[in-house]
Amino acid sequence: MPPDSQQTDRNLTLKDAVLEAMFEEMESDQNVILIGEDVGTAGGVFKQTKGLFKTFGADRVIDTPISESAIFGLAVGAAMAGSRPIIEVMFGDFLTLVMDQLVNQAAKVHYMSAGGFNVPLVLRTGIGVGGNLGPQHSQSLHGWLAHIPGLKVVMPSSASDAKGLFKAAVRDNNPVIFMEDRMTYNLKEQVPEDEHVIPLGSAEVKREGADVSIYAVTRSVHTALAAAEHLQVKNVSAEVVDLRTLAPLDVETIVASVQKTGRALVLDGGYQSFGITSEIAATIGELAFDYLDAPVMRLAAPDVPVPFSPALETMTVPNAEQVVAKVTEMYGGLG
Amino acid sequence: MLTKDKLLELYRGMVTIRAFEEEVRKMHNAGLAPGLVHLYSGQEAVAVGTCTALNSDDYIASHHRGHGHCIAKGSELDRLFAEIIGRRSGYGMGRGGSMHIYDPATFNLGTNGIVGGSVPLATGAALLAKLRGTGQVAVSFFGDGVLNQGILFESLNMAALWSLPVVFICENNGYGEFTEIDDVTAGRPYAKRGEAFDIPSEKTDGMDVLAVHETVSKAVTRARNGDGPSFLIFDTYRYSGHHVGDKQEYKDDEERELWLSRDPIPKLSEMLVAEKKIKQAALDELDAEIKATVIVAANQAKKMPEPDADDLTRHIYAA
Repeated sequence: MPPDSQQTDRNLTLKDAVLEAMFEEMESDQNVILIGEDVGTAGGVFKQTKGLFKTFGADRVIDTPISESAIFGLAVGAAMAGSRPIIEVMFGDFLTLVMDQLVNQAAKVHYMSAGGFNVPLVLRTGIGVGGNLGPQHSQSLHGWLAHIPGLKVVMPSSASDAKGLFKAAVRDNNPVIFMEDRMTYNLKEQVPEDEHVIPLGSAEVKREGADVSIYAVTRSVHTALAAAEHLQVKNVSAEVVDLRTLAPLDVETIVASVQKTGRALVLDGGYQSFGITSEIAATIGELAFDYLDAPVMRLAAPDVPVPFSPALETMTVPNAEQVVAKVTEMYGGLG
Repeated sequence: MLTKDKLLELYRGMVTIRAFEEEVRKMHNAGLAPGLVHLYSGQEAVAVGTCTALNSDDYIASHHRGHGHCIAKGSELDRLFAEIIGRRSGYGMGRGGSMHIYDPATFNLGTNGIVGGSVPLATGAALLAKLRGTGQVAVSFFGDGVLNQGILFESLNMAALWSLPVVFICENNGYGEFTEIDDVTAGRPYAKRGEAFDIPSEKTDGMDVLAVHETVSKAVTRARNGDGPSFLIFDTYRYSGHHVGDKQEYKDDEERELWLSRDPIPKLSEMLVAEKKIKQAALDELDAEIKATVIVAANQAKKMPEPDADDLTRHIYAA
């Protein structure tokens, strides 16, 4: 247990739930090491690695210079040599600096070596809009990563899921990108204390509904849930499907939901063009066309750099009102 | 002075690589080894002088011109050929090819198609060796082109900062692709790049296998003793240009003749004979034996099946 979050009340923030997962995995497996900027003595720029350095020491919790590309490259080498590194990248925007190591090395080594080498590592990074951090600290680039064979992409929406998925990610023998929208860091819920591992590749229906399926990940799941409440007032019963992982993608759960409801809206904080909303919409079109009562709709971030000004920044985040409007459109207007 | 056995090991290693690369050239010209094939001929002293200074469980990470490193570290010739001609028995089931050969059995983190790719991989393996106290050393082989890649500097910094057991080996063959390295590189001598991080750095003749072996041995000892990284530059020459088929119009005959006159293989064999370590006739016999072994391996590889449709999607993810 993390020293500071040991409490009888299991109502934890998502951030602390992941921290707890890190503690447990580092405790149970000596091969797990943590490496990144400010992860050690500083305890993480968002306090997300608080206490780990004190417990596990400098041999397992490694503070690095600001060299994202080499940090990740070193971690790939260390993973090939038999460790299970967790690499903290402060902002998802900085994945651009890691892309060569991620795409050209980590994602392909297992394939190119015919299974000779594994690259078991977790790259954890915070993404999304919020706090007026400007165009280089606010992006949601998960679609890029889910595009690459060999990478797994995990995007939890809740504290309990985050813990279970993180533990699965650490135990996975592949490079896993674990991306949380920073706006979910402080969301609280009851988190199981016992062994709690959620297999990668399993979506979850967060809210049952009969009329329309809304698909989302991380922060957008909460937007969808809020919209579902509004829609209920209009007598539309919305089902909210939290994909939880983009790769592997739980196609079965995606299809099952729309087969039941007949309508689908795919919601995402990433860009719409060539993004995950398009991929999921196409998947539904291919596999469940006969069940559709309306065209599959997409609602995603507008294709603009995320602007700094508070007056503009919020316009780049799809909100519940827009979700309601989209669903309304699917019905040709609601009374 | 090295023992006779060690000297013959060096000789055997270099001749094997040279013979192997000649077979690869033939395979490419016969259309059997498609794509880009970068031959190591001319640079043998670096791979052999280095790998003979390593333990079997020391790591290496290599580059696009990497057949020599794989051979020097002990990979099986037939499986190397098989990978280069895209056969199922290759190290990557023929799905990596010449630039992507990985061999966990010889602690080889792979040849690499990205200029500078080997640098963080070896540094990371060295980091783990240090954290675990295994005593292993990691070697990163890279070309002169990497002198101008940012990842080198990021990695040198961490290697020096944490005193990691890694040896950075720059094989300066004078050209990055088709451009002379001196035309695109500032800061002479290039060893200053290592010195900037307080890493012991030196330039050595990469055509002299004994000099390479001695220089690397010192660096490996330093690394194993916990005294951190070294940055070594070996001046060498690629006989076949950037890849097979490169007409090398950018080189003149004078330059070519000069480097051929410094070929590491006759240099060693002449020394062995002059110092009466071995008779020329015995060396000739050894040459024939090595060539025969290489040809047998090449023929074995050619008989191997190509990968099948199931192999297309195998190993995308580890279980």
